Amino acid sequence: MSACAQVFSDYALRSIGMGERLLPKADISLCDQFVLIGSGLIWNIYFAVLAVFFGFFLATAVALARSSNRRLLQWPARAFIFVIRGSPLFIQFFIAYETFVLIPKLGFDINLGFTEITVETRWLTKAWLGALIVLFLNTSAYTAQIFHGALMSVPRGDIEAADAIGMTGFRKFRRIVFPAMLRLAWPSYTNEAIFLFHATTLVFFSSFPAWRQKGDALYYASYFADKTFDPFIPYPIIAGYFVIFTLLVTLLFSRVGKRLNRHIPKERRQ
Amino acid sequence: MFEYCTDPSSLDSLQWWSCYLTTNKQIMFYQSFGTVLALLLATAPVILLFGFGGALARRSRFLPLRLFGLGYTSMVRGIPDIIFFMFALIALDQGIEYVRHIVLCPDWTEPVRQGNDFVVCAAAKMPPNNAPQWVHEVYGFFLALVGYSVVYGAFAANTLFGAFQAVPHAQLETAAAFGMSKRKAFWRILLPQMWVYALPGLSNLWMILVKATPLLFLLGVKDIVYWANELGGAKTARFTYPHGDWRLGYFLVLLAFYLILTWVSERGFERLNRYVSRGHASRGGST
Repeated sequence: MSACAQVFSDYALRSIGMGERLLPKADISLCDQFVLIGSGLIWNIYFAVLAVFFGFFLATAVALARSSNRRLLQWPARAFIFVIRGSPLFIQFFIAYETFVLIPKLGFDINLGFTEITVETRWLTKAWLGALIVLFLNTSAYTAQIFHGALMSVPRGDIEAADAIGMTGFRKFRRIVFPAMLRLAWPSYTNEAIFLFHATTLVFFSSFPAWRQKGDALYYASYFADKTFDPFIPYPIIAGYFVIFTLLVTLLFSRVGKRLNRHIPKERRQ
Repeated sequence: MFEYCTDPSSLDSLQWWSCYLTTNKQIMFYQSFGTVLALLLATAPVILLFGFGGALARRSRFLPLRLFGLGYTSMVRGIPDIIFFMFALIALDQGIEYVRHIVLCPDWTEPVRQGNDFVVCAAAKMPPNNAPQWVHEVYGFFLALVGYSVVYGAFAANTLFGAFQAVPHAQLETAAAFGMSKRKAFWRILLPQMWVYALPGLSNLWMILVKATPLLFLLGVKDIVYWANELGGAKTARFTYPHGDWRLGYFLVLLAFYLILTWVSERGFERLNRYVSRGHASRGGST
């Protein structure tokens, strides 16, 4: 047991560069696998939480633009949703990475007259920022489509009632349309959040290199599978971790969903 | 390809391009689009089959079978599909070799797992060591196909199970009232009506499947992503057709390919939906 405690202190934060530098090579114990794969999960959670959080705001904006009557707003939103939803995330990662790598080569200096600044583009090629941007845009498009569908099905009576008591503009949106949209979109939005959480496993597997072997859960799981040539231990471990976290996400979202539905009579809730 | 292609460095740009785009490797790149479409067309029926199996297992009155169905259909909700791929591929590969090992080399006494190694006798290697390259490639493609079918079959099972449940119960009661047996009611009432409920989920699954095809690359199949990487990488002057890093361009071509594919599929499913909705007392079918 104390050996395992040692492993824990060595590798629990390995994925963010703290603790032992060398990964276990020989005599890989079950404890090694549990700790290191769990450590990689930090990255999956980091990507998922930030992408879903920021994506929520962009998605709301895009959904509103998509539902707008003005062509100038509607068409860019349509195009954005079409391109992202119509292409594989895997290809998006590749394209983004190649673009980010090419940017510094083009030379990107901004002359402000009195001083010249070089835009720092190095970070974009690192997973923590570059992959986050891709995931953020990806979830925004999918969520925008869900929100758009929900906006279209906000009950007409709700809006008429708001009009009748003289609500207009932003206030009507904030108090009536937006909560109704969220309530209707919530089950699909839960699915999207879970899908995104699962999609984070692609980050280090597609194009963004894991710097100094700091990778996500799947990175370490496949590392172990390569080293031990035994897939029957690391993959069930990572699967177990993901099942647990997916359950947590479902639980969290269903609590919010209950709150969004609290004014609806029980038998009409969804 | 063309006669003037013997010395590309002397050509003007139009001819250079016509030569560059018809080199052998480029042709293999074009053919790999066929590989992707072949995978899609080959897996779709198998996925449906797995889906039916899973859904029927989950509806079964035999408890262990029902539990198996429940496990199979719910696993995809909790576990990322890529993990399944990575697992299924190695597990399948080792499983096949292990079975062959037991059958082909019965007098082999050493354990198969020795520390960090997986050792089977030479005759059990799959594909055989002396097999030509194309056998290796076909075998890899076959493994990928099985992997896709198992993983996305679980998605399909989920959808089909939901669709079976969605058929109004009164329909089955009516069938029973007419004296149809369970089996007959299944074939004549439940199955034909189920499709209209299953179609939205299945079209969604098709989209997911289309967008999962680049994962073939991770499974080691020489697909479009592999060739885009290979051909797009910078080529020095030592090559016949030197160019810089063109991977971005190649990936934009792939992007266009997928956009067209998903767009066409969407249109196709709209038509199919109109077809299966006919005669249904729903918004789609009442017209």
